[in-house]
Amino acid sequence: MKSLILTKLKPLTSLASGDPHSDVVVPPTGYTAYLTIGCAAAMAFLAVFVLALSVTSARLADRWSTQLAQSSTLRVSAPAGQVENQVAAALQVLNTTSGISSARALSDAEQRALLSPWFGADIALDGLPIPRLIEIQETGEGFDAQGLRLRLSGEAPGAVLDDHGRWRKPLIRAAGRLRLVAVVSVLLIAATTAAMITLAANAALSANAQVIQVLRLVGATDGFVAGAFVRRFTQRTFIGAVVGALLGLVGVVLLPSGDDTGFLTGLGFQGWQWLWPFVLPFAGAIVAYLATKAAAMRVLQEQT
Amino acid sequence: MLRRHVGIVHQNCQFLDHLSLMDNVTLPMRVASAPTSEQDVADLMAWVGLTKRAKALPPELSGGERQRAALARAVVMSPEIIIADEPTGNIDWEMSQKLLQLLVELNKMGKTVMIATHDLALIRAAKSQVSARVLRISDRRVVQAGADL
Repeated sequence: MKSLILTKLKPLTSLASGDPHSDVVVPPTGYTAYLTIGCAAAMAFLAVFVLALSVTSARLADRWSTQLAQSSTLRVSAPAGQVENQVAAALQVLNTTSGISSARALSDAEQRALLSPWFGADIALDGLPIPRLIEIQETGEGFDAQGLRLRLSGEAPGAVLDDHGRWRKPLIRAAGRLRLVAVVSVLLIAATTAAMITLAANAALSANAQVIQVLRLVGATDGFVAGAFVRRFTQRTFIGAVVGALLGLVGVVLLPSGDDTGFLTGLGFQGWQWLWPFVLPFAGAIVAYLATKAAAMRVLQEQT
Repeated sequence: MLRRHVGIVHQNCQFLDHLSLMDNVTLPMRVASAPTSEQDVADLMAWVGLTKRAKALPPELSGGERQRAALARAVVMSPEIIIADEPTGNIDWEMSQKLLQLLVELNKMGKTVMIATHDLALIRAAKSQVSARVLRISDRRVVQAGADL
């Protein structure tokens, strides 16, 4: 059993350690090796930020859909003498509506805090025709917004119900699209890496046509010849992706941090998500392995 | 797999220019992942007279040295059949005789040696040493078997 597992793992272990028999038969290729490593590093660097964008947008979409979905706001606008009466009537309606766990009118201090970013901290609310806000917390089942609006129109005609859906849904949709863009970007990066590796492998195979001819002359199988190229490109891509992923991680760490509810200041990984960039070198190596193997077998077929 | 049982020597023998002559000669063993006996390889290099050139790179070799190295590479795996395609096409007569001597020795060791050549003098020299069968091929057809020269 153990030997069977070792046999199955041999291609992978030889990929990592190299095969002394086949590695030396391909001549060293100075600058193209550095180009491959550099391209892989650049792709991994970009992929780290795309991953950060993806997990951040997913996190925000999740927060917007779960946290804000449980709350609504009632805005009461009425002539000065009627505001308090309509607020009381509205609270009465809200407290007897099924699906609402609690409802409370914001205090002047809380309303002042909400307006302070625009008007300053020392704003005098008495002089401004500002509507009173009532914060509504929903139960898990939620309430019938249409029915509530009808009841409020009778009891508190100045009350306007805002269930946040008007702006929450587009935000969630935008976050979802952003995540989709990030996923597509990751796929594009993988495809670009594959294309780049394929081109480099094709060039290397063409440049080494004589080497391939000699190897075949002495009995080398296509698998042996392809293996030498596949190992080389896979190792280079892995090394480049490790460098790029580490640099990308440093870049993400150095991004300005702040209130996590903001998008730009919240861009980054949290908890186990920091492991995602470490997947990139292995993913890159797999892409390089498949791309080089396909290119090598095709070129060897053509040269037969 | 067939090529692992057949040694081939070409007129324009090619090598891996980044490897030493020794590494080129042992290339079939490397490809086949066969164990290499340093003594056997040293004996082989001595047999073809290239011991002192073992570490030289192929571009540094003369035509005759390249042909002898190609022969060493062709026989390093002890194939039963050696095919030499115009092996003396690019070398002088003296070197041709040396190479022929090596091929004759292989034949006397029990190996089957096939030589394709336009060089009638080479064929005569071979026939004078071993019981060689000559086939004349014209326009891709054997036109005369066991021909006298």
